[in-house]
Amino acid sequence: MTRTPPFRLAQGGRLIDRAFQIPFRFDGRHLRGVTGDTLASALLANGQMLMGRSFKYHRPRGPIASGAEEPNALLSLGQGGRFEPNQRATTTPLVAGMVTRSQNCWPSLDADLMAVNNWLSPLFPAGFYYKTFIHPRPFWKHLFEPVIRRSAGLGAAPVEADPDRYEQAYAFADLVVVGGGIAGLTAARDAAASGQRVIVLEQAPHWGGRTPTDHPGGQAAVDALLADLRGRENVTLRRNTMATGLYDHGYLIAREAIADHDPNAGLPRQRLWRIRAGHVVTATGALERPLSFACNDVPGVMLASAVRDFITDYGVAPGQSILVVTNNDDAYRTALAARAAGLDVPAIIDARPLADGALPQAAREAGIRVLTGTGIAKVKGGKHVEAAAICDQSGEGRVLETIACDVIAMSGGWSPVVHLWSHCGGKLVWDDQAAMFRPDPDRPPLGADGKGNVTVTGAANGDLACAGDLEQPEGATMPVWVMPARAPYKLRTKMWLDFQNDVKVSDVELAAREGYASVEHTKRYTTLGMATDQGKVSNINGLAILSAALDQPIPQTGTTTFRPPYTPLTLATIAAEARGEAFQPLRKTPIHGWHETHGASFEPVGQWRRPYCYPQGAEDRHAAVNREILAVRGGVGTLDASTLGKILVKGPDAGRFLDMLYTNMMSTLPVGKCRYGLMCNENGFLMDDGVVARLSEDSWLCHTTTGGAERIHGHMEDWLQCEWWDWKVYTANLTEQFAQIAVAGPKARALLERLPGTIDLAALPFMQWAEGELAGIPARIFRISFSGELSYEIAVPAGRGLELWQTLQREGRDFGITPYGTEAMHVMRAEKGFIMIGDETDGTIIPQDLGLDWAISKKKPDYIGKRAQKRLHMTDGNRWKLVGIESLSDKVIPDGAHAVAEGTNGNGQRKVQGRITSSYHSPTLGKPIAMALVRHGPARMGQVLDFPMPSGEVLQGRICDPVFYDKEGSRLNG
Amino acid sequence: MAEILAQVARIEGLAMITIRAGLARAGDALAEAIGLAIPDRTGITTDGTRSLGWMSPDELLLILPEADRDEALQLLEQALAGEHALVADMSDARAVFDVTGPHADDVIAKLSPVDLAHLAPGTLRRSRAAQTAAAFWRIPGGLRVIGFRSTADYLGLILSEAARPGTGLAPR
Amino acid sequence: MLTLTCPYCGVEAEETELHPGGEAHLKRVGPDGSDEDFEAYLFARKNPKGVHFERWRHAYGCGKWFLAARCTASLQVFGTYKAQTPHPPAEIVDAIRAHRPDWQPDWTPEQAQAESAAE
Repeated sequence: MTRTPPFRLAQGGRLIDRAFQIPFRFDGRHLRGVTGDTLASALLANGQMLMGRSFKYHRPRGPIASGAEEPNALLSLGQGGRFEPNQRATTTPLVAGMVTRSQNCWPSLDADLMAVNNWLSPLFPAGFYYKTFIHPRPFWKHLFEPVIRRSAGLGAAPVEADPDRYEQAYAFADLVVVGGGIAGLTAARDAAASGQRVIVLEQAPHWGGRTPTDHPGGQAAVDALLADLRGRENVTLRRNTMATGLYDHGYLIAREAIADHDPNAGLPRQRLWRIRAGHVVTATGALERPLSFACNDVPGVMLASAVRDFITDYGVAPGQSILVVTNNDDAYRTALAARAAGLDVPAIIDARPLADGALPQAAREAGIRVLTGTGIAKVKGGKHVEAAAICDQSGEGRVLETIACDVIAMSGGWSPVVHLWSHCGGKLVWDDQAAMFRPDPDRPPLGADGKGNVTVTGAANGDLACAGDLEQPEGATMPVWVMPARAPYKLRTKMWLDFQNDVKVSDVELAAREGYASVEHTKRYTTLGMATDQGKVSNINGLAILSAALDQPIPQTGTTTFRPPYTPLTLATIAAEARGEAFQPLRKTPIHGWHETHGASFEPVGQWRRPYCYPQGAEDRHAAVNREILAVRGGVGTLDASTLGKILVKGPDAGRFLDMLYTNMMSTLPVGKCRYGLMCNENGFLMDDGVVARLSEDSWLCHTTTGGAERIHGHMEDWLQCEWWDWKVYTANLTEQFAQIAVAGPKARALLERLPGTIDLAALPFMQWAEGELAGIPARIFRISFSGELSYEIAVPAGRGLELWQTLQREGRDFGITPYGTEAMHVMRAEKGFIMIGDETDGTIIPQDLGLDWAISKKKPDYIGKRAQKRLHMTDGNRWKLVGIESLSDKVIPDGAHAVAEGTNGNGQRKVQGRITSSYHSPTLGKPIAMALVRHGPARMGQVLDFPMPSGEVLQGRICDPVFYDKEGSRLNG
Repeated sequence: MAEILAQVARIEGLAMITIRAGLARAGDALAEAIGLAIPDRTGITTDGTRSLGWMSPDELLLILPEADRDEALQLLEQALAGEHALVADMSDARAVFDVTGPHADDVIAKLSPVDLAHLAPGTLRRSRAAQTAAAFWRIPGGLRVIGFRSTADYLGLILSEAARPGTGLAPR
Repeated sequence: MLTLTCPYCGVEAEETELHPGGEAHLKRVGPDGSDEDFEAYLFARKNPKGVHFERWRHAYGCGKWFLAARCTASLQVFGTYKAQTPHPPAEIVDAIRAHRPDWQPDWTPEQAQAESAAE
């Protein structure tokens, strides 16, 4: 029969208000719904049953469900940055002006050219892709994969940034009840009465679950519970909040929809709740299962409960003539609801031989024809249901009669929603009587105390009659996995299990025949349950089919693993506030603002942002770096070195401690002096370096690399707390207390002497420090040098760092003072042959590799890493060692380039004998310079190495001393 | 338009001194020098202008007006003379925000994994605010939050964003 | 995501406030150790399914390292205790035994006594 209006019923619809019309668009058409509609109910009310195309065969599809389990009615919502694919029409509240589109069809939903796949479906059985596209190998990359990728996926990915805001929040409760139906509300009331802190989460905008829809006294019972709970301070009731996952130690993630698709509210669109629950009650209800009969995917074949919901909750007639097919009593409610709404119910097809419970009796009394022991052999119709061929359930599908209808309401029984229970390790038992998996109370998920921390109640526990005394007893469900029971192959190839991924009964049977005995393997081979709905309506039917094919009981087959999230979470919700400026904390020095206003080009160093260089005018970065270097070498420059780690180590055992921490001796360092130190881990590998200054008899200040401050402080505390806990040492990380400015260049002292102060710089030798006042600011001046020039590092309280920096720029103007960035610093240190942690080291380099033996104490009996450096591989004379490399051309040999050796390895690759660790153009020397680790390098001075480039070109470099500039170190004195 | 959940204000002019010492031995001398009771584990004591917070079993944080810093440093050095102890001025290393208003707790609840219902007055909680270290305690009308100077912009931003109008955590 | 109670400050912290540090009670092998002992110290880990002792730092908190006795399979936490001990204290052993009667420590009481006396 054809579908005829009206689709919106004249009466009924407990969730809608017909007074308020809501305009929206679907595939360009202007439609209207009413307040309270979901997108699905509004589309149905406009006669739009066809809502999408299936993934593989592009078969026409309408909604089969009314909630979160819906596999078919996935739409694209919104435009531009708010475009969002794969949104379930059944759970999306209708909002005025909403723009929606169907997916997976071209050129249109009605005329989809890809539907040719449907006619070719016998060619595309389970495993088709695996079998077909594996040979010949090159075809995969160049032909098969591009084609498959283009046709894969449901909705398109959004291309613009999401303009909405999202946030997260933490919550704590003694008890979290998931599910605001009658069972959940009852559990919450019981717990609340004992004074516990209770949070109740409900996925829908309204409370009560199925109870108000299914039971005449349901709404009143729900209202009474809500009134009780609302009166309690210790109870939080949260609607529109989907609990998506339960994790270790009672950690529950939930998504609250605040301003979904209502961008004008100025609110965060969604909020991610991170809830720590002492105990969780899952009252998540049950999902109705489809029945597997031929062509059960034609639009208009729906779950019986969904048909009832659309009629009772939304006042929508999915069709005018509703045929019910069932294996249980519950579906009779749909027949009665349809009849009460004035719709035609031509028959109830009941697979059970007997149906004489209260509900079947009521149906018969209402004059509805009940056919027991029967089933549907086949659905007739293409884009919508036109009729059903009826057969004996026990037979092979011989047609007894054909019944015209435009909707088929099917019910294959109910499956408890066990996802949250299972996420964190709760086990299931198969209930043969009720034909369902339900939580096994003896094997719950465990909390931190080793006790079960989840309990289950209501339909989620298999208690389908949990509406309590509202309910009349129902007759037993009869398991029906295939309809009719002895359906031949031809019918089984038309019985859909997974609607979204187009997996049929015959596909699962094929997998079993091909040897897939494990349900997890079958899932991946057939893609059963792997779509965005994660098989909420298909899994149990699928594994029942697999069990039958393997000739084993269902519990032996078991279920696939339930993994969070229960429904898909938008990535933006997970990111919450961490986007844009707040994506991650940017650490800024006290002089950061000056760098910004003076055109600094920044580079990230850990979470810090440091000026890489300061391009002037039309300069590019390379030119700026060269200018800065020449300015420092020829005059004076300033570097913001505030990011260097500064850790105070103090106590009677501090010297002894630092002797263990550094490879060289720190306890003998005289007060007032500085020493360069290396720090290794227990593996012997170099982990950090820096200058240590002895501040007083019992205190040392340890400088670390920029990225190393927190790590090294943690390293120190680890050894102090966990190994040498009786040593009297305190540490404090003073990194951010001080701004530190390097003033470097032959004119550095002249500049500093212009500033008023109490420190006699002429009397401050290299590798010593002094403190006093400089330009009216309390300062500590270290005469140390990373550039090779006369250089002072000046530490002042962070709050006065900018002031000192600006004073230096002002006073140094006629010296041509030049702020320089990290790249100039890097090049200058390389010109001097100084190593850089992270360039010359990579976590596998020991100090000996870098020719730093002079910084390793021979006298000390022990230091961290000493034992490791005695290992065979560490003392192997073939280790690559640090050398300089002079490029034979004017080209810079790229950082990371490998020097090749004679011969090839087992993989046919050229053997290697070294690699470049740092490489720059040196403006000071006017040529490229590099540092490299080379086998026997220091013994091979003057030899030429080949560095093949990806282009085929071979660059050549000559091994030389790594100190390229001022070998005698005379420039340190200005 | 709804009100913001709380005022977020950067507080300047506070000095902070880190004290590391064996509190069992040096506690009395410290208390006398500072003029505040040594806080219990995770506690913070205050006389209205100065506060003394428990940071770890061997670490206290003294917070006081900037003008009193040098004197306090001197008194502490004297009180701890002969003890194994460390006193360090951290005033410039920190950033302080006051979050005040009827829904100040909601602001913190969006950023820190802390059960604020159980954060009693006089308790100092060290934790994190989103991705940066932070400590907070109750002050009249709200909470005081301290973090690091280098990430002050980030901390200020996430606090202000969390305080946006209409975003209270009460169920809607 | 785990929660552990820091034994120094009493705060029940969640995993994001903590920093993991691997197996606890490793005995450092210094410069005189044999190759075999040193290799074991650096690399050999028990990695058990079941009762395990491990290091955690209350990084976003009091900064102290502490030790936790935990079941790696069920994630049950038997207790946390201070790091300054060469072996788990008796009350931790008792707490484990209460839930895992068959579990045996892999150190002897004599060892534990001798080492704590040496401290």
